[in-house]
Amino acid sequence: MSPQPKRFAQRLNLREGTVDMTHGSGGRAMAQLIEELFMQHLDNPLLRQANDQAAFDVPAGRLVMSTDGHVISPLFFPGGDIGSLAVHGTLNDVAMAGARPLYLAAGFILEEGFPLADLARIVASMAAACNKAGVAVVTGDTKVVERGKGDGVFITTTGVGRVPAGVNISGDRARPGDAILVSGSLGDHGVAVMASRENLSFDTRIESDSAALHELVAAMVAVAPGIHCLRDPTRGGLATTLNELAQQSGVGMQLEETQIPIKPAVAAACELLGLDPLYIANEGKLICICAAEDAEPLLEAMRSHPLGADAAQIGQVIEDPQGFVRLRTAFGGQRVVDWLTGEQLPRIC
Amino acid sequence: MKYIDDFRRNDLAQKLARGIAAAVQPGRDYQLMEFCGGHTHAIFRYGVQDLMPSNVHYVHGPGCPVCVLPIGRVDLAIALARQNLILCTYGDLLRVPGSGRTSLLKAKAEGADVRMVYSTQDALHIARANPQRQVVFFAIGFETTTPPSAVALKQAKAEGLSNFSLVCNHVLTPAAIHGILHTPLPGQLAIDGLLGPSHVSTVIGTQPYVPLAQTYAKPIVISGFEPLDVMQASLMLIRQINQGRHEVENEYTRAVSAEGNRKALALVAEVFELRPSFEWRGLGRLPDSALQIRPEYAEFDAERRFDLPQQPAEEVKGCDCPSILRGIKRPSDCKLFGSVCTPDNPMGSCMVSSEGACAAYWTYGRFRQEAA
Ligand code: SF4
Repeated sequence: MSPQPKRFAQRLNLREGTVDMTHGSGGRAMAQLIEELFMQHLDNPLLRQANDQAAFDVPAGRLVMSTDGHVISPLFFPGGDIGSLAVHGTLNDVAMAGARPLYLAAGFILEEGFPLADLARIVASMAAACNKAGVAVVTGDTKVVERGKGDGVFITTTGVGRVPAGVNISGDRARPGDAILVSGSLGDHGVAVMASRENLSFDTRIESDSAALHELVAAMVAVAPGIHCLRDPTRGGLATTLNELAQQSGVGMQLEETQIPIKPAVAAACELLGLDPLYIANEGKLICICAAEDAEPLLEAMRSHPLGADAAQIGQVIEDPQGFVRLRTAFGGQRVVDWLTGEQLPRIC
Repeated sequence: MKYIDDFRRNDLAQKLARGIAAAVQPGRDYQLMEFCGGHTHAIFRYGVQDLMPSNVHYVHGPGCPVCVLPIGRVDLAIALARQNLILCTYGDLLRVPGSGRTSLLKAKAEGADVRMVYSTQDALHIARANPQRQVVFFAIGFETTTPPSAVALKQAKAEGLSNFSLVCNHVLTPAAIHGILHTPLPGQLAIDGLLGPSHVSTVIGTQPYVPLAQTYAKPIVISGFEPLDVMQASLMLIRQINQGRHEVENEYTRAVSAEGNRKALALVAEVFELRPSFEWRGLGRLPDSALQIRPEYAEFDAERRFDLPQQPAEEVKGCDCPSILRGIKRPSDCKLFGSVCTPDNPMGSCMVSSEGACAAYWTYGRFRQEAA
């Protein structure tokens, strides 16, 4: 929608302007922010109706809904920013039910003094992520908090999607004998963010893997509608996600370290910082647990999609009333891959 | 990365394991103490114990800078943080419980300005960026982390950075080994040999260990932190034990020399001097075992700049950290292990630091206990 130039005396200064309290007040300034910034990028027929809600027809079958708050420092990092992350994160949570995402809602909490230019960059990046994914933001909200009471921008997104008939994916369906697959290399997002936060310069630039996975999921569900579990290993990484699934399903897991794809640059950065890549966040990877006979067709389908090119089987589900996730190390020993305690902290010496 | 992979090759590990199996004499036990938490971590993370014959045992020592810090010093850090200044320190320390189950992390949640830094340089940046506030770097660590602290103090002095100071908790490895080997307590595990920390020796060299090996008749092998290093060093210790030798050997020849890094040592000597006595968690007060800031740098010494009440600190009742740090007990011997005390709710420092023995047992080795 092209803005109507006469409605506001002066256009928003998107180069040097900053967010102020009036932008959240519900008055003219807020209307202008929505029209000249948010609408500029996120425009679509439902959003343009400018109601406090979006009304749409519901397709038959099961719907899934997911919501996620996004807080990240720094807001911009190699391979993405909070805007694209807020889109990918929620689309992926919806997709992990095997669903095709339909619509997104977005809530913004802005800090007084935040540069409008940065906000425009973030919203443009959200729009690009939405376009690529074929999903629209159909309703939203904006609030402004006083300077010092926010971290620049917080974005909450909620997604709705539809599960194809016959698909029943859930974290409690892992069974002994099942195969554990991952869609690609682990730790890229967390290391990229940490490296830009701590101003560590590595020889190789490590980029976040932030991406929307629903197309990959659609390809997987097409060849194996009976997939047992899907989950994106975001915060807490592979280790935490597998511990969650083991607990939900009441099973153990046996992993093979040599089969787990990790990029050399990520492994080296982790080594330097004393971090374990198994615990580091991913934003464009999924873990799939499936019946053993589905593993090969699934790996083939995953590898023929760009986001699953490095897919691998990394282990299998075993019987274990204790619910331990174990790892056979590259070295030939065994160890537990436990839940993460607090945050991973870099080593001292 | 190829560099890292070379030190984790499975075929080399199997070959070393066969060498060790052939070298050990049946009918005797080998108790090898790894002084440093870095080794403990490598042993658990790579499952090195699984590759050892059943009569080779690793005994976990005190060598984690967080683990050996007495509660009184943690209290001191918390008291400082509450004085409306910016307290900077390395990550692990934030979660260590002080007296009354408080910690720097809790003080931070209550409003104290506590910042986790990755290096002394980060702390200096914070001081430059906040000229109106006092910035204190709470420095901990063995000989490895001491040179960067010395550099920071020299820089602060050169720049006339009047709002920066440092609490020196730097401790000395050979003095601690002396503390462990000297007057062993009744019931103490016999230690047949020691793996020495390689990072420390890149600074101090191998020489300072020679009197220890001789006095206590224990072989010491300076070992790198890669799992293959640990295995190779273990084999070297086993050979010495078999032959009744007690020498200082160097497995980590790729970075360690006998005399160490002269430049770094000179830098440290310029800024720091021996502290007559320092309390270690588990080892008690040890003479000449730590450093303090020289009078020439007194203005940057937070212990002189701030009024710090020294209160007696209380150990957590039932926590066996002191015995574990001395190699007398194993984490699973502690009554609190895994019940009251877990990494999510640590009672003692051994469960806090990722390199602490209790945390390593819990995080990597728990299934062994459950199976037993
Ligand atoms: S298990 Fe906990 S309480 Fe027991 S010695 Fe270890 S840290 Fe202390």
